[in-house]
Amino acid sequence: MSQTSTIIELKDVCKSFDDTVAVENFNLSIQKGEFVTFLGPSGCGKTTTLRMIAGFDIPTSGQILLNGEDISKLPPNKRPVNTVFQRYALFPHLNVYENIAFGLRLKKIETEVTDRKGRKVKKSVHLSRREIDEKVKRVLDIVDLEGFEKRSVSTLSGGQQQRVAIARAIVNEPEILLLDEPLGALDLKMRKEMQIELKEMHRRLGITFIYVTHDQEEALTMSDKIVVINDGEIQQVGTPTDIYNEPVNTFVADFIGESNIFNGMMTGKLRVKFCGAEFDCLDDYEIHQYVDVVVRPEDIIICKPGEGQLKGRVLSTVFKGVHYEITVEVGRFEIVIQSTAYAEPGSFIGMRIEPDGIHIMEKVYTENKYDGVITKHNTVEFGDGEFECDVTQLYPGSRLDEEGYLITASGEKLDLTGTEVTVEVGFRDITMSDEKNAGGAEGNIISMIYKGDHYRYIVRTEENEEDYVLACPDLWNTGDKVSLIIPADKIKLTLKPAAGEKK
Amino acid sequence: MKIAKKVIGAAWLVLVLAFIYIPILLLAVYSFTDAVMVGGAIDGFSLHNYVTLFENEELRDMIIGTVLLALGSALIATVLGTVGAIGAFYSKRTAKRLIGYANQIPVVNADVVTGFSICVLLIVLLGIKKETFVPLVAGHVVLCSPFVYLSVLPRLRQMDNNLYEAALDLGATPAQALFKVVLPQLLPGILSGFMLAVTLSLDDYFITTYTKPSTFDTISTYVVNATKGGQTDIKTALWALSTIIFLIVVVVVVLMNVFSGKKKAAEERI
Amino acid sequence: MTKTLKLRFNRKHLCIPYAAFLILFVICPLLVVIYYAFTNGTGSFTFDNLVNFFTNTNTLGTLLYSIAIAVVTTVVCLVIAYPVAYILARSKFKRKYVLLMLFVLPMWINFTLRITALKEILSAIETNLSLYPFLNTVIGMTYDFLPFMILPLYTSLSKLDKSLTEAAEDLGANGFTVFMRVILPLSVPGIISGVTMVLLPSMTNYVVLDMLYNSTYIMGSLIGSYFAAYDWHGGSMISLILLIIIFIITLVSNRFNDDETSGRTIL
Repeated sequence: MSQTSTIIELKDVCKSFDDTVAVENFNLSIQKGEFVTFLGPSGCGKTTTLRMIAGFDIPTSGQILLNGEDISKLPPNKRPVNTVFQRYALFPHLNVYENIAFGLRLKKIETEVTDRKGRKVKKSVHLSRREIDEKVKRVLDIVDLEGFEKRSVSTLSGGQQQRVAIARAIVNEPEILLLDEPLGALDLKMRKEMQIELKEMHRRLGITFIYVTHDQEEALTMSDKIVVINDGEIQQVGTPTDIYNEPVNTFVADFIGESNIFNGMMTGKLRVKFCGAEFDCLDDYEIHQYVDVVVRPEDIIICKPGEGQLKGRVLSTVFKGVHYEITVEVGRFEIVIQSTAYAEPGSFIGMRIEPDGIHIMEKVYTENKYDGVITKHNTVEFGDGEFECDVTQLYPGSRLDEEGYLITASGEKLDLTGTEVTVEVGFRDITMSDEKNAGGAEGNIISMIYKGDHYRYIVRTEENEEDYVLACPDLWNTGDKVSLIIPADKIKLTLKPAAGEKK
Repeated sequence: MKIAKKVIGAAWLVLVLAFIYIPILLLAVYSFTDAVMVGGAIDGFSLHNYVTLFENEELRDMIIGTVLLALGSALIATVLGTVGAIGAFYSKRTAKRLIGYANQIPVVNADVVTGFSICVLLIVLLGIKKETFVPLVAGHVVLCSPFVYLSVLPRLRQMDNNLYEAALDLGATPAQALFKVVLPQLLPGILSGFMLAVTLSLDDYFITTYTKPSTFDTISTYVVNATKGGQTDIKTALWALSTIIFLIVVVVVVLMNVFSGKKKAAEERI
Repeated sequence: MTKTLKLRFNRKHLCIPYAAFLILFVICPLLVVIYYAFTNGTGSFTFDNLVNFFTNTNTLGTLLYSIAIAVVTTVVCLVIAYPVAYILARSKFKRKYVLLMLFVLPMWINFTLRITALKEILSAIETNLSLYPFLNTVIGMTYDFLPFMILPLYTSLSKLDKSLTEAAEDLGANGFTVFMRVILPLSVPGIISGVTMVLLPSMTNYVVLDMLYNSTYIMGSLIGSYFAAYDWHGGSMISLILLIIIFIITLVSNRFNDDETSGRTIL
């Protein structure tokens, strides 16, 4: 596609409220006429991004270009962009007609009029009553609400209010229509109907839609392009099929559709090992590299025990209408399968996975690494916390004297207070506790992903938003406040080059 | 047992109502007679109290003055309180809290103290003449505007925050959004705030005494002086005034009930 | 050039006029009162006004008498109003709102006119009103402030979820226990707001006494007498003492009642 068809472009857009970062380095360009969906869990920054495009929030840094012009500082009433709000935000004191005509009545258009002296002058005038009437009638027809003009908006059903909200936005003929979870307040059946209607409306109007939702199914059904967002950052941009079939990381895989996610390792050219078995795969990674492996439940084929690469015992089978959801225990791993075939709980089955059903991705989190400082008491401060540690590992052969000074192997006496170090902690060396102050740092669980035999959690501290990634077999919930315990001998310290020289 | 409870309950209600209404109603009855004392024998119906009330210039000026003062100060208080509530609602938390606290001072403060303190500042310290009506109006606005503020604020809280943004989104300037969208939403709160302001001002005695020009009287200050004076025809004319006010209040309350009842019924029908 | 002149309109700025008004007409007067309370006629700092208040038996007696009147009036109002509010809130009567209106309607009649009516009745019964000053004062105050007690009690009692009492009954409580253990504790916010609304004004409303039997033996009228004598410093000290009492009562009631709207706003 050519450069000219780009309608809106976000360049390095960042937004923070007080101290919290809502959107970080957002780069995206959207083509004219596209149906783009911002998809992500609540609080991921998708709505903030939408509000910045609408003009309700001003980016902290970065640019928003509309047709190549920077609009990031323009107030909302000066932008050719209209919004459909989450709870519609219809004006309760106005009827359907007046709600829709609201924008038209404020609009002024430049026309040439002849003044008393016969000269032609440019003058901005309001739309005439007839023009407004025609426009309102036309959009009422589009949203299927003919005859509702005089109704008070409070007497409308949720679906009807939704239509009025859409009509009120599109009557202004915006270049971009922004929709902020517009179907969130509707019941399931209504939502499905509106999805189809919105898609149809998008086709008919031909304007760009930017749609925000946390509902992955909605996103997959409606969009031309999905932007998966988490934690204020874009995770993946692509068509629904791309995103579903080729998720770039475990977050996307976990968020979109159901997935089995495992830790794996490349064992050869296009060979990967996970769940205790080796598989052929299509993704090329270096041998011995640790990777994340995603297998969709419908890509696991049940076969006789002994056939296929895996063998396991059926734990449970639940009928889901179109298919069965079967949970199978393979060694210490749990695998979920969707299959039209029935499997008796307790029986043993074999499982086969074809190479195109295995999605391999580089690990996002490979280690916990922090900048730390040694304190007076030979503890180490990092990641918004303070932990006991073994400082003697910094100098091989050293020991501590009674006063807490470090005596190096050569007998030199060192005061380590203030020494800057790099701290590394393994995923499995951190444990969580719900007892306050049990560990050296505290935070909230912001993410969890099941990996067959354990969960991978990310705990974020409140103060500086430091993340701890850890693996734990027990089930916690996102949002839980936990204390983080790290045994002193599991904290690996290395001197920072600068600090090492200064000594 | 249950019936006995009900009877006792009803009897209590009747007793309390009697305590509240007997003085007012008895006064109303006597206002239509020539009697100069409640409790005396009634010898025939007379309207002379009502005639005095409307013909005595002093009484008439006093009533008009009271009403004008109430309407005027309520109007100022409504504008100030409404604008203040909108501004405070959208302000940063500290500013909002500080305004909230300051607003609460006249609400909890004794009216005597409010009146006296305004008198000391405006009249004694700044030397503003009472005859300019500035201290009086200022005092009444201080009395009323906090209540307007307090009746507008809940409407702001209830209002969908997106409404203002929706108006901007549809091309309204901030001022247009405020007038065309936010104010109409607040209207019920503003109206009830205004009504409250009017009643507070009408009922006030303390702030008025400390700030009024010596020749000006409101109903409250006039009545207090009249009860001490010996003019019986003025005293009995005030009975007529009390009766008229009582009737006005009854009519207004009934109308408001009918109106809100109809509105409710209409809402239910939908 | 226009850029510097054209301040971008912001909704926040709307609070400026009101904030200025509050500072000028609410905060400043109080500061001036505090200043006057601790100065004398020549403007020099003094504790005399404070000392005068606490050494003068008249002023001190008035303070105690006012407190007594306020407390008794409040208790009487509460005793009368609680059953009324309770019966109204519980009644299955369809238009109980109308009934409530009957009880609070006198509130909108000018209070001096209402006290006039009361005075006429009382003088018809007692012939000489100054024979029972305390009793008459309490009757007058109760007559004046009863609606202010009924309203907050009614609001808090009618907000009470019926299923709570049903749950208590279901758990085996009898009528009396339900009242003592469930209804009464849950109506405490209403009681507190009613009490503050009666206690404070009945301590200072000297017009009631003044009209009933020309007495000025109450806190509010002390201010009035200093006002009449142009003694701003003495009056300021009384105001300050009243302010402190009010401040304490408000603080105490806020502890129980975190409803930020005062009961007076229900009207």
